[in-house]
Amino acid sequence: MASATKFRWRADRRPSQRGTEEPRAVKWALIVVALAFCAVFLLLPLINVFAQALSKGWTYYWDSLADPDSWAAIRLTLLVAGISVPLNVLFGLAAAWAIAKFDFRGKSMLITLIDLPFSVSPVVAGLMFVVLFGLQGFFGGWLDAHDIKIIFAVPGIVLATVFVTFPFVARELIPVMQATGTEQEQAALTLGANGWQTFWYVTLPSVKWGLLYGIILCNARAMGEFGAVSVVSGHIAGQTDTMPLRVEKLYNEYNAAAAFALASLLALLAILTLAIKTFLEWQQTRAYDRAQRPDPDK
Amino acid sequence: MAQKKFNALPGFGLTLGFTLFYLTALVLIPFAALIIRSCELSWADFWRLATSERALASYRLTFGASLAAAIANAIFGTLLAWVLVRYEFPGRRLIDAMVDFPFALPTAVAGLTLADLFAANGWLGKYLVPLGIKGAYTPLGVVIALTFVGMPFVVRTLQPVLQNLEREVEEAAATLGAGRLRTFATVIAPSLMPAVITGFALAFARAIGEYGSIVFISGNQPFKTEIAPYLIFIRLEEWDYTGAISLAVVLLVFSFVLLGVINLLEQWASKFQQ
Repeated sequence: MASATKFRWRADRRPSQRGTEEPRAVKWALIVVALAFCAVFLLLPLINVFAQALSKGWTYYWDSLADPDSWAAIRLTLLVAGISVPLNVLFGLAAAWAIAKFDFRGKSMLITLIDLPFSVSPVVAGLMFVVLFGLQGFFGGWLDAHDIKIIFAVPGIVLATVFVTFPFVARELIPVMQATGTEQEQAALTLGANGWQTFWYVTLPSVKWGLLYGIILCNARAMGEFGAVSVVSGHIAGQTDTMPLRVEKLYNEYNAAAAFALASLLALLAILTLAIKTFLEWQQTRAYDRAQRPDPDK
Repeated sequence: MAQKKFNALPGFGLTLGFTLFYLTALVLIPFAALIIRSCELSWADFWRLATSERALASYRLTFGASLAAAIANAIFGTLLAWVLVRYEFPGRRLIDAMVDFPFALPTAVAGLTLADLFAANGWLGKYLVPLGIKGAYTPLGVVIALTFVGMPFVVRTLQPVLQNLEREVEEAAATLGAGRLRTFATVIAPSLMPAVITGFALAFARAIGEYGSIVFISGNQPFKTEIAPYLIFIRLEEWDYTGAISLAVVLLVFSFVLLGVINLLEQWASKFQQ
């Protein structure tokens, strides 16, 4: 009986949807409007970056990237991301382990506090560090007396970057670690693994995609951050200019082609980030589909 | 501790300790420093600095442009989410992946390229400026930049809701004689509303604090195209710490109120889903 109804359903696999579908003209009009919106707000801005970057030819493009100040900005951006991303990864792993694997009072409060930097304007975030370490700030006098520079120097840029990218890894990892539960770790421990072995061989492999997802988003923001870094950097050419700050400076000096050349590298970073992100999401849905598929032996 | 379920996993003290230390050092202390400094101001001083003519003009632009951009995003975001979920057309998957582009692109690059596109000799400005639509160095430019920055929010909150919508309800409406438009207005739209409003609020909140994309396209003229975060930056450049802090407090208070509203909205929306 059951198989008969199933069979009939199969024969009529795609039921008519005339009642729940828009007329063709409406449908295509909606698609055209949506595509036009995407063209103006997604595609044109992206193409324009590369078109303007190459508007004076390849030689000019390479020369403006090889300019010592621009090259210094590229190195500084890599350095800042190279410090702040691993720090936030370490924090994200620790926070996710504590929050996902254990129960304690104040957990939801902690999660709210971790998300806090997302609701602060980047300029206000930068201001916080100026208030703390600037010359008129809480530690300003002491730092000045000991000749330690934080504001208008690299440490301030790192601190501001860490602040604005703070939640990325943690908020990706917490739900993933919660979903995997603690049974596998318990089993590993019972079988004699120590804590680190359990973490390396059991926990880390099971959250690797979520971790990677968090890392690429964190990195994209760290390399592209403008507002917070702009407040604490001091804009010293060749020393405290990151790539986005250098882009602004070149633009204000009416050197649009050079500004776009540097911006094109950041746009490439964005494309790469999106490509990895899409791949990871595809990987996730595939794993989910596989888990959903009924076992053929049953 | 003793009554709790036994948990053999190690590292609770270490990881929670590190988490709290890191959170305190990098987020809570900077935060507290700003709050303490703002409390040192007298109420009269704070009020004078936070409500100067120039500050009021910058709030008007920040809130007005953010609202306009969030509304634009609510309309076009809903349309885009609908088209992406309901229709098959060439390039659908590519566009679906590209919706997150504004999140991935550094805001400075977004501002730079949008300013160039809408300038009088830009690809779009070439046609729009003769028609009287000036997108660069005007309040409209601020709205354009904020629309770009907030674009993914409505689409991404709405997509899962649309995917989970039960087609049967629409079929029922159709069999009962409702036209497509009526079905949309009375059956579909009400169940999408909570997600649209949540996405709208998220885009609005993001727009209030946005800085990078706007400084390029707005021209930053005081009283005309100067946003509140830019005025904070100017006050700092003038070494006017108290002025900068007063403005920052206003923005922070507003962000937190909005954050509370968003949390309530999300609770309401998830209740709606069940």
